[in-house]
Order: sequence, then structure tokens, then C-alpha cells
Amino acid sequence: MRRSNITEVLSAPNRLLESAAAQSGAILSREEAQALIQRVVAMSKADGIDVQIGGGYSSNVRFADNQMSTAGAITDFNVAVQSWFGNKHAVVQTNEISDAALRAAVDKSERLAKLAPDDPEAMPMLGQQAHRQVDAWFPSVASMTAEDRARIALTALEPARGAPDLRAAGFLINNAGATALGNSKGLFAYHRATNANFTLTVRTTDGTGSGWAGAEHNDAAKVDFAGVSRRAIEKARLSRNPVAVEPGRYTVIFEPQAVGDICQLIGFYANARATDEGRSPFVKQGGGSKIGEKIMDERISIYADPFDPNILAQPFDGDGLPLGRQVFIENGTLKTLYYSRFWAQKKGVQPTGAPTSFLMSGGTASVDEMIRSTERGILVTRLWYLREVDPRTILYTGLTRDGTFLVENGKVTKAVKNFRFNDSPLFMLNNLEMMGRPVRLAGTEAGGAVVVPPLKVRDFNFTSLSDAV
Amino acid sequence: MSTRRDFLKQGGAVAGTLALGGALHTAGASAVPGVSSQAPAMDAVIRELLMESLNAAKSGGASYADARIGRYLQNFVVTREQQITNVVDTDSIGIGVRALVNGAWGFAASRDLTKAGVAAAAREAVAIARANGIAKDRSVQLAPAPSVGDVTWRSAYEVDPWTIPIEEKADLLLRANAEGMKAANVKFVFAGFFFRKMERNYANTDGSVIAQTVIQSAVQQQFTAVSPDFSDFQNRGNTLPPVARGWEWVRQQDLVNNSRRWGEEASEKLKAKPVEVGRYNLVLHPSHLWLTIHESIAHPTELDRAMGYEANYAGTSFVAPPEQFLGKFRYGPDFMNVQGDRSQPGALGTIGYDDEGVAPDEFLIIRNGVVNDYQTTREQAPWLDAWYKSQGRPTRSHGCSYADNWSSVQFQRMPNVSLLPGDNDRTWDDMIAATDSGIAIVGDGSFSIDQQRYNAQFGGQLFYEVKGGKITGMLKDVAYQMRTPDFWNAMDMIGGRRGYEVWGSFFDGKGQPGQVNAVSHGSVPARFRNINVINTGRKA
Repeated sequence: MRRSNITEVLSAPNRLLESAAAQSGAILSREEAQALIQRVVAMSKADGIDVQIGGGYSSNVRFADNQMSTAGAITDFNVAVQSWFGNKHAVVQTNEISDAALRAAVDKSERLAKLAPDDPEAMPMLGQQAHRQVDAWFPSVASMTAEDRARIALTALEPARGAPDLRAAGFLINNAGATALGNSKGLFAYHRATNANFTLTVRTTDGTGSGWAGAEHNDAAKVDFAGVSRRAIEKARLSRNPVAVEPGRYTVIFEPQAVGDICQLIGFYANARATDEGRSPFVKQGGGSKIGEKIMDERISIYADPFDPNILAQPFDGDGLPLGRQVFIENGTLKTLYYSRFWAQKKGVQPTGAPTSFLMSGGTASVDEMIRSTERGILVTRLWYLREVDPRTILYTGLTRDGTFLVENGKVTKAVKNFRFNDSPLFMLNNLEMMGRPVRLAGTEAGGAVVVPPLKVRDFNFTSLSDAV
Repeated sequence: MSTRRDFLKQGGAVAGTLALGGALHTAGASAVPGVSSQAPAMDAVIRELLMESLNAAKSGGASYADARIGRYLQNFVVTREQQITNVVDTDSIGIGVRALVNGAWGFAASRDLTKAGVAAAAREAVAIARANGIAKDRSVQLAPAPSVGDVTWRSAYEVDPWTIPIEEKADLLLRANAEGMKAANVKFVFAGFFFRKMERNYANTDGSVIAQTVIQSAVQQQFTAVSPDFSDFQNRGNTLPPVARGWEWVRQQDLVNNSRRWGEEASEKLKAKPVEVGRYNLVLHPSHLWLTIHESIAHPTELDRAMGYEANYAGTSFVAPPEQFLGKFRYGPDFMNVQGDRSQPGALGTIGYDDEGVAPDEFLIIRNGVVNDYQTTREQAPWLDAWYKSQGRPTRSHGCSYADNWSSVQFQRMPNVSLLPGDNDRTWDDMIAATDSGIAIVGDGSFSIDQQRYNAQFGGQLFYEVKGGKITGMLKDVAYQMRTPDFWNAMDMIGGRRGYEVWGSFFDGKGQPGQVNAVSHGSVPARFRNINVINTGRKA
């Protein structure tokens, strides 16, 4: 089950556009995208119209139990239009781009907008903005063939088939697509990107070991496919025959993937409006927000930056606001929260834009150094099935998975059974001991572009054991 | 408003480039009006495109192929308090072709619904399958499935939500929101309608040609109460199950009056007593237990998971290997029977034919407390051949193949998986009355389970203290932790048919690339002895 609360519905239109961009097919150039948007704007009889387009080509190969499983390629293209009459608005999305279909979509959005009640929070359309471009397009991904993908699968399948004790399950997905948005007031923004993502789980045939590794980059040449295979195989073998260790509070060394899985969640709660309304973890006792207060260890900074070379994310949000480096937590102090255009206007501040990336500051310690400095602790590869338990504190539950180890006297001594935790990234980042070098993750459970370091923290709360391997 | 007639007009615009447009306009006579029980026949142009793609796959060397042309419509009306925040209509149409070449799969999907476009998609699927030959080890074998012929089917809706004006939808939500906000301290309400309509056309090289229409409806609400000193806030959500029904179902929910009650429940949660950690008897309502069934029974009995096919994402299963569990493993007490089906009217897994042309059957996954079967597709059923032979049963797919869109490849997804009623008349109230001490839980809340489905933790919406057969007050910060086989074997009382309810979700994730499936689970209320309860409240 995925998270399925009201926020899914509230964010659905944006999510739909994102998924459209990920699927895509026809990949338009900047000029073609601009021409298409102008074509749609010219069809409008409303007071105003917003147009968003997303298209591309997505290809994948999947394998499991040392066998090829499914493999596919998807070509799609979506156009979403939002018509405005005064403060009334409605969105219609279609994947047809003939003149007739586009006209039908525009007409329908006008019909729906006229019927919709006034939106008291409607904001005036943005005019043209100064957008810096991010060069995120790499032929290494765009030109990869089905046979290339099958050969990448073999980098994991061959060593697993050649070993008596291993079963590999993995997935390679390549996306190449373009998104653009514009409106009748002259706004236009365009972003083209490729991405290659490879993840692998290797399990041992005795059923006691499981190891995971993954890598992702916009440029497939920067993805070390063989390295992913080596790491997953090594983890699988090391994790065999885990022993039970009492649940409780432990010093924990989180590899970057595990840090991203839990710390990225902070972003979903960093909303100024929810805070001002008294329904967020950043509410100050008695009302108001904790902006300006120190809320975690001073070595931690959390920010968004689409231009970071590890990220290369879309440099504008769904409203067309340009995104630059935006610091949310600086040296442990809450600097700002996400302000929508409406809420920013109401509060007399600048809107932040909706971030497309999540980055955390780092340190210099390696995971090996974290292990060497630990008398007794747990080393965690990744976390799984994280779900909100209490929105007042960002308290989440979830489990460790695919490589959990006991550290004693500066050494990894044995594999341990997986734990369930009940803890909050806010508590965890107050209990920081050491930080390593930030790396880009191969996606988290929540998705998105994430760059975080490995961390060592104390007193992390494991509440029960799991028999799951 | 969008009807089949609009679909055909839009389809005409596309197919016009093929000089097939004329056929479309005459076919428009089969439009579905707002209220109907007729399953529409497959459009002639769609049929021709399906056949074109299958022919291209066969002539390219596919030993088997199937093609799906689907149109997927979504409608959202989203509100908060007394304002409409969004009105969204989405429409997507395209073809997905799956081809088996030399025992390896390939899949390609395209929005280009011209003859050339669908043939190109078929050729790409064949080319991908052929390329995978270099990495293939074992060949895919499909369980036989006879052609179902040329058939149609539609889900149980009466009133197509696309025929209801936006003002009517918005007005109902805003009235419900206003009513919910009459409760003390309820400051915020988020509420939305989410409707889906799927026009699914399918054909395979075995000769099946299937047209199906499905409508699904959901109301999502969250009532938020904030304490006057800003020291606490509490939510009440997940108020109604999503269903495969139409606007007539929305009308039956008495949304306005019930919203008052849901608002008051949010308000009452502010005053609830924090739970003390310990072991408790739990009385679980179907609005809660469906999710525990989903996570701890439905997922682990997916055969692809059990065989390691989801190891890199959704996980594997403790119910594996199958030969060590089928007919042997005690999941729960003798009175525990769990059925897989795709036939309960209004349930989200219900369908006439699955996405490889199989008419699903009803099957017992747990029979008298013991593992009896798994959820299967044509590729998977042969993996259980020995078990089926030993039981004198045919080796056939249970019809669990599903793709969430035309652009997604079909694979095994769960049918309706339901805890069947006991042979008694017990209702929820009867079970509270029969319980000396414990906690009663209504509604689903926080949920998390490990990748083999052993260790789970569930919250809920409402928690009630039960003492001496009566509800004595509300509790908060409750979650229970469980180990699946221990939990189900701790079930000591089950409700009868009168207490049976079907709940579910639009959002069940599985597969890579990720696909989202709508699921329903029928359940009766049930009681569990001595379950570990934790307190989840902390200070920020």
C-alpha cells in the first residue's frame, strides 16, 4: 500500500504531470514546445490559460530469480490546460495533440472553469520569469538500445548464475523527456532531461541473506553498473545467518540510502501554511512557527538546488517560479518553510517555489571511520515501508532491509535480524555524531532527486525485531 | 461531459489520419447514457487496430501476443473548508502490446493510435523480446486459457459520474465541509471526489476479443481539530471506502450528516486518553481490518512475490517456497477462510476478464486456517502444477493479470481478498458486548510491514477502551505490532454475514516501473487476544 491520504488527491494534478513526463514519448525541442504552447494559447477564449506539456520515452528491463522478467518501452505525451475566468479555473489533461483534440481540451477546461465556484486563493498569472537552464540531457541514456539494456542486466545475472548460492533481482530504467509550461501572459519555461537508474537485490539461496545496491545519474556513463552488482553480492553474502539482537536504543550508522529514506520526509512537513494553521511539527508552543530557532544539530543544513551537479533537476516549479538554491535549515536553524504564492502574499514574504531536489550538508568521515569509532552499534543499508505514525513530530515507523549488521569494538562482527523503528528524523538529527560525504541516491521510497551523506547518530529507537530477510 | 460518444469523436480525430473515421461516427450510436446497465460493444476501429498490432507481432515472430487499447479518464474535485482548490479532468488513450518471442517477453506502448503506430508498437515489443534472448535462461510457459470469444462486460455503476455537473459535486463537498466544521475545534477540512473511468479493449492471439468498462468512485476527507493552545492537533480521515460504483453510491452516503459525526470524532480525539503500553484484546472493525488483511494475507500470497519476482522492490514472502506451505501451514484458526475473487459487485478488484483474457474464478487462499492457494496469472499457474494435480484440480490461472494503464505491462495483481464470515450472526456490537477488556479500533491509519510480511504495525482512526462489554471512552496514540502468523492464530472470534463490509484503497503499489492498483477487501469484525500495543505520542 502506498500512502493514501488526502494529500494524494490535493497533489494529484501535479503528480499526473510528473508521471506524464516520466512516461512520455515525443520529446519536443524548446522551439517545438514553445510553438505548441502558443498554438494552445491561441485557442483560448478565456481570461487566461496555463499550458503544461510533458513527453518522452521510457525504457526498462527487469529480472528476478536469475531470469529475465519483463522489459518494455513507453512513448507518451501529455498536454494539460488550465482555463481562467476571473478567479474560476479548471484543468483538463489529454494525451492527444491533434488540433481537434487540443481544441476539445481547451473547450472543456473553459466549460468546467465557468461552472467552478470562485477560488478565493487564486493568484494572478506569472509573466515571463528569468529561468536559468540546467543541462541534464545525455546521449548515453537517450541512445541506449534494448540490447544494451539486456547486457546491463547480464552484469548482475552472469555472476549470480555463475555462483551456486545467489539469486539476483534487478531493474534498469532509462527516461528521456522534456517538460514545458507557459501561459497567455508570456510565461515560458522548458527543461529536457535524461536519467538512468539501476537497482539490484541479491538474495542467497539458503534464504538467510539479502543485499541491495543502486545507482542513478542523468548520464548513464556515470552509473557504475558492475559496481552495483559487486556491492549487492557482497552485502548478500555478508548478511547471511543473521542473529537476533534485542531491540532498543542504539548508536546507528546509516548508509546514505537509509539517511535519504528517512530524512527526506522532513520536506513533506516543511509547509509554512500548515505551520501557521497549527497543524505541523514546526509549530511553536502557543502558536507561530519555529523559524529562527535551532531545531537540530548545527552541522546539519538542508537545502534545495536544481543546479547541483549531482542533481541536475528541473529549475522551475509547477507554477513556473524559477528555483535556485533555497536553504531550509542552515547550521541546525530553521530558516524558512515552503511558501506557496498565495501564502507568501498573505504573509508578506517571497514565495519559495516548490523544491524539486533535497540536499543535505556533509562531513568528511567515511563509513569505515564511523564503524571504527563505534564501540557497539548497528550498521543500516536501507529502510523500508516508512509510514507516518504521528504528524505532530514526524514520527515514522519502518524497517531496516537488505543488509543490517552489528558493530562491536570498531568492527562489523555479524549480520543481525532486521528491526522495526519508531523514530523521527527531527530527533535523529539532534543526536548526530558523525557525517560523511553526500552522494546521489538511486531514488528513495518517496522518490525524487536526493543527495545526502552517511550519518552516525546515537539513541535511535528500534522497537521490535522482524524475521524478514 | 465525457461519454462514450465523446470518446468516439476524439478517436475519430485520431483515426482520421487512417481514413477510418467514417466507421467511428456510425459506431457512435452505441453511446452509454448516464444511467445504463448495458456493456458497450467494442468499437470497430479499435478492433481493427488491435488486430493490426497482433498481426504485426505474429509476423515479427511472436509465439503469443496480446494488445490493449485503453482510455483512462479521471475527474477530481478538490476542496478545503469553503473553497474549491482544484477541478481536474484527465484523459489518456493509447495501446500496449506484449509479445512472447523464443520464450522471452517484450512490451511496448504508444499513444499513436494509427495503423502504422500500433504496428510499430508491436514490432518494438517483438524487438525488445528478441534482444532479451541474449540474457534469457529459462523460457516462459503459459498455462492454457481457452479463447473467451468476442465478449463485453461492465462494472456495477448506475450513474456515470461524468454526467454529473461540477456544481453538484462541489456543492455537496462544501456542504459536508461546513457541517464537519460545526464540531468544536475543527478548523480545517480537506475533501475531494476522485472518479475514474476505464474503457479497456483487449485482444490476444488465442482469439479472445474483450471490451470492458469500469467506473470507480472515491470520497477522500480529512477533518482536523486543533487545540485552542496549539499544543495538539488530531485528524479524522479515511471515512468511506472507495468503490467500483458510480454517483448513485455517493448519493447513498449521506455525506453531509455523516461529516458532522466525523468532525465530532476529530474533536473528541483531542480529549482522548493516551493509551498505556501493554498487551490488549483487540476488536477490529472491517473498516480497519481490511488493511491488515491486505498487508499480511493478500500480499504474501501473491505467487510472484513468493517466487522472488518482486525481490528488488515490493519484497518477497514468508509464505515460500510454496511446496512447504500449501496444505501444510496453519495461518490461523479453523474458522478462518480467505477468498480470492474478482466477482463481488462494487469491489475494486472485480472484472469480467483479466488482462490476459482469463475469466477469473473464486478460490480459497486460506481454507479452514491452512494455506490452500496463491494468486496467479497464466505464466505463474504452471509453477503450482504438482499441487493442483495432487488436489485433483486443473492448472489454470485465477485471472489476476492486471495493468494499471495502457502504457503499463500487465503482471500479477491481487484480486479481492476477503476474510469470509463465520457461521454465526455476530455483529460488531455483539463482539464488543462479548469482550470483557480490550481496545476496539475503527478505520485504517498508519500502516507498515516488512518485505516478507512478518512484522507489521498498524494504527487506526478511532480507538475505544472496552470494559465489561461496553465502550467506556476514547484512547489516542495507539498502534499494535504483530508477527503475521502469531496475530492470525490469536484470532478467537469472528463476525457473521451481517457484519461483513468491503473496504479498500485506490493506491496499492507494486512492480517496476511502479504501478498503482485499486484494491478491495471484504471483512467481518474479528477479535484478537493479547496483542502488543505501543504508545506513539512524543513531544517535538
